[in-house]
Amino acid sequence: MYKNFFRYLISAIFLLGFSVNSNADFKVGFVYVGPTGDHGWTFQHHEGRNAVEAAGIKTTFVESVPEGADAERVIRQLAQSGHDLIFTTSFGYMDPTNKVAKDFPNVKFEHATGYKREHSNVSTYSARFYEGRTLLGHIAGKMTKTNTIGYIASFPIPEVIRGINAMTLAAQKVNPNIKTKIVWVFTWYDPGKEAEAAQALIDQGADVIMQHTDSTAPVQTAEKAGVWSFGQASDMQRFAPKSILTSIIDDWAPYYVERAIAARDGTWNQQDTWHGLKEGMVAMGPYNSAMGADLVKEVEQLQKDLASGKVHSFTGPIYDQKGNILVAEGKVADDGMLAGMSVYVKGVEGDIPK
Amino acid sequence: MSLDISFIGILIGSIMASSVPLILAASGELITERSGVLNLGVEGMMIIGAISGFALMVITDNLFIAIVGSMLSGVIISLIFGFLTQSLLTNHVATGLALTIFSIGLSAMLGKNFVGIPGKEFPILFSSLRESIPFFGPILFGHSIVLYFAFALPFLTNYFLKKTKLGLVVRAVGDSPVSASNQGINVILVRYCCILYGGAMCGLAGAYLSLIYTPQWIENMTAGRGWIALALVVFATWSPIKVLIGALIFGGITILQLHMQAIGFRIPVQFLSALPYLMTIIVLVVISRDSRKIKLNTPTSLGRIFYKEK
Repeated sequence: MYKNFFRYLISAIFLLGFSVNSNADFKVGFVYVGPTGDHGWTFQHHEGRNAVEAAGIKTTFVESVPEGADAERVIRQLAQSGHDLIFTTSFGYMDPTNKVAKDFPNVKFEHATGYKREHSNVSTYSARFYEGRTLLGHIAGKMTKTNTIGYIASFPIPEVIRGINAMTLAAQKVNPNIKTKIVWVFTWYDPGKEAEAAQALIDQGADVIMQHTDSTAPVQTAEKAGVWSFGQASDMQRFAPKSILTSIIDDWAPYYVERAIAARDGTWNQQDTWHGLKEGMVAMGPYNSAMGADLVKEVEQLQKDLASGKVHSFTGPIYDQKGNILVAEGKVADDGMLAGMSVYVKGVEGDIPK
Repeated sequence: MSLDISFIGILIGSIMASSVPLILAASGELITERSGVLNLGVEGMMIIGAISGFALMVITDNLFIAIVGSMLSGVIISLIFGFLTQSLLTNHVATGLALTIFSIGLSAMLGKNFVGIPGKEFPILFSSLRESIPFFGPILFGHSIVLYFAFALPFLTNYFLKKTKLGLVVRAVGDSPVSASNQGINVILVRYCCILYGGAMCGLAGAYLSLIYTPQWIENMTAGRGWIALALVVFATWSPIKVLIGALIFGGITILQLHMQAIGFRIPVQFLSALPYLMTIIVLVVISRDSRKIKLNTPTSLGRIFYKEK
């Protein structure tokens, strides 16, 4: 009897020891599309990783991983080398992430900004950046003198198109005469090209520049040319103190810490997370005093209303470029429609590259 | 689009500014290649020039030191390539590729503490003339000294290769190192000098990006311009003037296609984005059809390892 008891006790201690051991060995991997020093998109994900590390969890990261075949190799490598949870932080990692997840059912995967969850160990997460774009559109519509807003776009994916639409709708609401001029640069990150795109838009009459690319070059170009601009992904104010009206800031840290702890403690579940101003995943940088106290107050109120859900970025009636109704009067766009958005709303010029 | 004459002047001015790094790097690489050495490390030397220039500017607050330092750093990096390929006789292609990969990593490491620091404004010359003369003002004036140097460089390079004795020596070494060696020319020394010169120009091209064009340091900020400069040298069939033309076309179409997008031309954007590459190749192929001239300009022993038999 006692003999058996001791046997159980010893095996229990062993098991406990093992689980403690595996706790200590718990590792989280991160795959970045840009360098950690881009001071934009990847920089913010890296800040999130730092927070995970500060919570006492071991992490590894691989930076500047091109979207495509290379990505799969890197993700597989991380899965093979004993990482228990892997964050893949760019839209283009969607298929590689799902492919690797199939072969490693015990490893958890978190893919940013995607929509495919083909296996039970893949979660997706994204931020409602469009809520920030709504605020930018409101400000831009009020601040522009030439009624022309210049928009530097990266790739024609729903994420980018959603931002263009949200911004345009908000700007139209305060200024029906505004035009949105869009330049596609087909890169997330090329400071020289982004600067050239900003300059081209300024030369074509835009006096507010907005970007959906990751470097600080566009805001610096705007500063030099004396036009307004907005920071992207992180607070870029010190690069263009006069020109930047505010920045959209991505704050991944709380989500990363929460998910890493859940995975370590075995409470991780597959989910699709889409957080915004309310949860703080999207935050706004300081508002430039050049906006004037009234406009700042107005925008702060709008920010509160967006966070509380009183105002939605995509409230009907919304029409596409041809005049077909997308969202009926009094309705708001549902998340499914937002996630797959692939047409411009009325008032945006040009065609979406196919 | 306001197609008035002063707008076109501004447009040409910004096209010139965007082609400077290509002109500098390609002119440097051209001399290296004319001496028979194929250095694929252009991108790497540029990125090292970019970080050293920016770091020195932050540390010393002196733009002159920053510019000279960026050239020196290009020289140091190319010295590694020179030592490997000329003294240890390694393969040019593999060594050059390794140099680029190594430099991109090294620059990221060196630059860790310089991310997020705004750059300093670089002085421009004749800024008052730029405003007062329509059309020609923005083309000829209001640029940095590096731009004027870059636009003089292809002509100087042409003169050097065609009219000077040293230029003849470089060409001889590139065409037939064995005969040159038999003539008493120190082939290895000449090639070393050409490699180091190429390094200095690539370093300067990088510093132009981090100090003047987009004054800041961010990782990988050269974004492939070194590779375009390399391709330009080949498509320009090793002629300095054609390198200048190619760089201007590339910079020109890059900027024009952005303007066309902003105006709202109904041309597929992907096609517009590919246009700079396409047009540059077409134009350079058309202007260098003369096969006799190509033979004359092509360094015959490009990329071949030379060693002196003792």
